[in-house]
Amino acid sequence: MALFPGRLKAQDFLKNAQVTGSFQADAALYQKDAAMGITSESINGQPVRMNGFTEVNYEYKNFYAGMRFEAYLPPLLGYDPSYLGAGVPYWYVKYKNDLLEVTAGNFYEQFGQGMTFRTYQEWTLGYDNSMRGLRVKFMPSKGITLTGVYGFQRFFWTPFQNNNRGIVKGIDGDFNLNDMFSALSDSKLKITIGGSFVSDYQKDKNMPYVIGDKAYTLSLPQNVACYGGRLNLNYAGVNFYTEYAHKINDPSKMNEYIYKPGNAILVDLTYSRKNLGIELKSKWIDNFSYKSDRSYSLNGVDINYLPAINKEHTYALSAMYPYATQTTGEAGIAGSVVYTIPKNSKLGGKNGLTIEVDFSQVNSIKKTPVNDTTPIGQTGTLGYAANFYSIGNEVYWQETQVDVTKKIGKKVKCIFEYLYQTYNKAVVQGHPEDPIIYSNIGIADVTFNVNKKLSLRWELQGLFTKQDNGNWAEGMMEVTISPKWFFSLSDQYNYGNSDASKQLNYYNVAAGFVYNTTRIQLAYGRQREGIICVGGVCRYVPQSSGFTLTVTSSF
Amino acid sequence: MKNTTLILICLSAFFATFAQTEEASARRKTVPVVNLKDIYGNGVSTSTIDNGGKPIIIDFWATWCKPCIRELSAIADQYDDWVKETGVKLYAISVDDPRSSSQVKPFVDGKGWSYTILLDQNSDLKRAMGVGPIPQTFVLNGKGEIIWTHTTFAEGNENDIIEVIRKVVKGEEIK
Repeated sequence: MALFPGRLKAQDFLKNAQVTGSFQADAALYQKDAAMGITSESINGQPVRMNGFTEVNYEYKNFYAGMRFEAYLPPLLGYDPSYLGAGVPYWYVKYKNDLLEVTAGNFYEQFGQGMTFRTYQEWTLGYDNSMRGLRVKFMPSKGITLTGVYGFQRFFWTPFQNNNRGIVKGIDGDFNLNDMFSALSDSKLKITIGGSFVSDYQKDKNMPYVIGDKAYTLSLPQNVACYGGRLNLNYAGVNFYTEYAHKINDPSKMNEYIYKPGNAILVDLTYSRKNLGIELKSKWIDNFSYKSDRSYSLNGVDINYLPAINKEHTYALSAMYPYATQTTGEAGIAGSVVYTIPKNSKLGGKNGLTIEVDFSQVNSIKKTPVNDTTPIGQTGTLGYAANFYSIGNEVYWQETQVDVTKKIGKKVKCIFEYLYQTYNKAVVQGHPEDPIIYSNIGIADVTFNVNKKLSLRWELQGLFTKQDNGNWAEGMMEVTISPKWFFSLSDQYNYGNSDASKQLNYYNVAAGFVYNTTRIQLAYGRQREGIICVGGVCRYVPQSSGFTLTVTSSF
Repeated sequence: MKNTTLILICLSAFFATFAQTEEASARRKTVPVVNLKDIYGNGVSTSTIDNGGKPIIIDFWATWCKPCIRELSAIADQYDDWVKETGVKLYAISVDDPRSSSQVKPFVDGKGWSYTILLDQNSDLKRAMGVGPIPQTFVLNGKGEIIWTHTTFAEGNENDIIEVIRKVVKGEEIK
């Protein structure tokens, strides 16, 4: 054996290494549906479609490497057609020890809460803005993390060439004062501060522009800087967080090529103790879209992350009108209280009772003209003026939600939810002719555990509105045989549509199988037109009909 | 293009096989070293995940994930008994992104859960552990080795988790 030391080493490299990964395939067989108006033209004559990926990570001592293979042949309906193709959009090699971490290739990174920089991936949304380049993290002493990033962002399958998008550079420092200074190490007050500076270089293509009969050339800034600071204070059950960011002039398709600098601030206060949690937060955004291609206005190449302030919904009807951050300007507040009435109390009964109340509202910001002759938002000018934290009169979004979760006996669990939503479709979806939608939504979700293996779950939902498509009802029943099988049957019925031919049933039948980390689901039915939002990004999903097969696995 | 695709599929298959032989070998997988945050915003390395030689549950969840909440609520009903019986400790890894990560602490306290919470705001640990859709649950033995994992939640799954933990405590082999 001593004759082959090299071979032994190679074995060691394999034997002591660790490999993890995941796999997903989403396939669909779309069909024509006369009632829904789906013809073979509307599915482009390609009824069979598939999105899929395999990701593999390799780890050996301080060395890490990985890659993700993706295929969209062709992409499912509702995903950006630019994904058509297959390849490896993501790969990396990384070295890491206690002092240093160096990544070459693709990486996901977030500075603070992402107001200046965040790259991430959401498979279900078809969103990936990963950086390809170099990242260095340096941890010189306890409590200090310095991060530097340098590279360009993924844009579907388009290679980076001839400055077709920006080069992004950024640095970030994160400092935990209690760890850094021994005098503070025992303090009950925990203080963390941080700051970041990001710059995007995009070659100026000096854009021609016409106002009236006069021709102009827009001289575009080649470097756009964005910087921010943040502070977190924690004392006993109270936590205070704030982050502020500023961006220099960044004329882009998103802001109609105005030259006004941008500002954004987030303030968040929470208090909690056992059985009670309270949160209040506010966010003010003024001209803060930041992309590494200024001519692109759809989902992609975002450098920063500005998620919506309201709660994310997962029930079909409460998620029908999802709010998305208006990066040109919005002022939002949100509050929530979660309270559990303890077990064995008068009100809580034997099992306790959880109540959750949420409120959120987003308005426009107050914009005033920069002078008497320039209309608000005029391309090639400063656009408008806005005082810090100004609040406009136009309501973009408002929501009040009450949730009650109760376990009855040992076998029944119930969730009841009521919501009142105000949704400014004209602003959020950019359909100026649409009215504001006011809707009342009620949801009941009941689970009955028949025995240790078999459980049944029902959902009953109603959405009541006089606007848009009118009233909807939803019913769902799910049978789960733990741990391997599940079946579900559901229907969404748009019975209140003012157009009788559109009073459709969107039925769905699904069956699935789970084995350890592999899950296979086959479904048949209709998908209504809608918008899916995750975090800061929303994706339009067109209506469809047919079979879908989803396979996920991890190892 | 086609050739590249073929090569990559082969490569993935190779890695997958490799992973299986890895599982078959004596050495089991451990939790990769990734930097997360605690609920006070402090950086925490996953190398600090420890329960003094007793079993650990790692559960990936988010405040918006209904099945995750059902799972953690079902465990919460029995968690005190589980701890008394087996000394187990549950780490609930929230993959809430900046939209809802500030909600995690008040939500967990409001629910009255007594789990150890860590924030994986940009899914770094989720990716490193090959976690796809959530919830996904891992059980670690006293040496920090991953001996069992399961994805999704169905009512009754909590019974499977405690069965696995009881076996770990008794030193029985897990299939």
